Amino acid sequence: MSAGPLGQIGAAEPHGGALLSRPPKGAGKGRQAPRSQRIARYAVLILVLGWLVLPLFAMLEFSTRGDIDPVTKAATRSLQSYAAILTSPGLLDSIIVSLQIAALTVFGMLLLLVPTMVWTVVRVPRMRRVIEFLCLLPLAIPAIVIVVGVGPIYQFMGQHLGAVGASPLTLTFIDIILVLPYSYRAIDSSLRGIDTATLADAARSLGAGWPRTIFQVIVPNIRGGILSASVLAIALVLGEFTISSLLSFNTVQVVIYLLGKRDPFVSVAVSLLALVFAFALLFAISRFAPGAERRGQRATEEPA
Amino acid sequence: MTSATSSSAETGHGVAVVFEDMHRWYGTVHALQGLSIDIAPGELIALLGPSGCGKTTALRALGGLDVVDQGRILVDGKDMTHVPTNKRNMGIVFQAYSLFPNMTSRDNVAYGLRLRGVDTKARNAKAQEMLELVGLKEQASKYPHQMSGGQQQRVALARALAIEPKVLLLDEPLSALDAKVRRSLREEIRRIQIMLGITTLFVTHDQEEALAMGDRVGVMNAGRLEQIAPPAELYDKPKTRFVAEFVGLTNRIPGKASDGTVDVAGTRVPLLPGATDRGAVQALVRPENVHLTAADDGNGRVLAVSFLGSLCRAQVVLPDETIVVAQMAASDSTQLIPGAAVRVSVVPAPVFAVAE
Repeated sequence: MSAGPLGQIGAAEPHGGALLSRPPKGAGKGRQAPRSQRIARYAVLILVLGWLVLPLFAMLEFSTRGDIDPVTKAATRSLQSYAAILTSPGLLDSIIVSLQIAALTVFGMLLLLVPTMVWTVVRVPRMRRVIEFLCLLPLAIPAIVIVVGVGPIYQFMGQHLGAVGASPLTLTFIDIILVLPYSYRAIDSSLRGIDTATLADAARSLGAGWPRTIFQVIVPNIRGGILSASVLAIALVLGEFTISSLLSFNTVQVVIYLLGKRDPFVSVAVSLLALVFAFALLFAISRFAPGAERRGQRATEEPA
Repeated sequence: MTSATSSSAETGHGVAVVFEDMHRWYGTVHALQGLSIDIAPGELIALLGPSGCGKTTALRALGGLDVVDQGRILVDGKDMTHVPTNKRNMGIVFQAYSLFPNMTSRDNVAYGLRLRGVDTKARNAKAQEMLELVGLKEQASKYPHQMSGGQQQRVALARALAIEPKVLLLDEPLSALDAKVRRSLREEIRRIQIMLGITTLFVTHDQEEALAMGDRVGVMNAGRLEQIAPPAELYDKPKTRFVAEFVGLTNRIPGKASDGTVDVAGTRVPLLPGATDRGAVQALVRPENVHLTAADDGNGRVLAVSFLGSLCRAQVVLPDETIVVAQMAASDSTQLIPGAAVRVSVVPAPVFAVAE
């Protein structure tokens, strides 16, 4: 909103004539934080940015190092590490596999969570706590415990289900569980933002069955939460190392780790690209998530 | 129980609705205790009562949004008790704003028709017609967040009517609105309801709304229907103590009852059926039936006077310390000032009385 303080007050209080009067002298200045506070804020901002950006710069610097110039003895800049991503054995395949796992995880997570959560809110609200507890449980279980628990199952699948059982795509089942806490939170906050029960009642009274109620009425109104949940799931899957490594599946993180031992420059280049990809996704959510703009405005005039 | 006929009932094309001995338990809470109501085609029944009395449960049961544990619901003679909500063809307007935020007004109104397979052109035309009916033709392309609360509830009404429902259910649709909008919208709802002749169940805790809108008003208390009657009858001839005290303002004035009458402030007043008719009682007298006359030797003293526009309300204390409220035309209250002596008398209209 581009209006000054006076305009904003007037717009927010349509019936508050008294609020339209001139604000007391110095009221505008009073809103500005004291100089010391502003300095402290900038200091914190710079520290945080430094904390986040410096390692990225270091990675960029490291991954773009070229050969030593024989004349000047200075390091040259080169993108050969990035070009090598395409030729490093197994790396491209592992990236494709990880993206496939991420896509399947997102699909499975949404299929599991969205109908369950909507049903819980609308039909059995007393179960909300139970569902929340179950979804948050993976946070409290160490990865090694999960691996020990599911190890025999994977062993069985590998022995009896042939190529399907031995496929790294079976990691999807574990990844769906791992992303539940984060995805649950994202979708739950969106569901709390709308009157889910009333919208569902309204849709059903108009003739919609449950599938239409969920997919035509509820889902479009929690798109922001679904998008956030999906991006968080993708970021988590692309960053998951422990379980893949312990179960001996070559996902991108495992291959990066192995590559790091052989060619650290390519390893860092891939890591940097993965981070940039994750940041780009998060930025896209905050910038383009539906509803953010709409929630900011509401009609205030009330015609009789 | 028979239904009172009304102008809308006579001209309407609505259907009859019957609640037959409905019971509903929530755990140990008996929310509906044998509720039975006959609603005539085209009639608007207002269910009135305090929070938790079961009025919304009854409405939700009719709409299929809640189940009944015992009893039946008949609509146009057909048993609808176990028919799913989406097969009942009933229009519901909810207390909370229930427009789908991702759809424009037009799409909201057309949604029910879309579910019924009506083609885009026809459903948009119908939506436009309905929006015109509620006076929001110009708002067709707006999203709910771009409209005020009153406009949203109008669109919700248009959406409920667009599917040409058998019954219209209004679940406190005005309670989230401010007083001025509430009044204008309730008149609009009533106008449309009479025009379409649609059978309507309206749930509210606001007496004024119920009395102003209902062909008949049902007063509910603790899951039971205390009385159902046309507004004037409900107000003038309450059948139970709860109705007498819940509907309208009531003075409790001590008196002695005998032979079907009660002596109140020196006036013998006939008792309504069901009232305590023997011994010391408290007569429940409407403020407009209390008459004040300025008199130095009067039996009351004015405590306070409230100006309400065309009306005026005065608080008077009697010799036994009973405080009585009298209501009169503002023009008749010029001599009433705090401290003035007045003679208090009661108009001999039938009253309800309870044991003291």
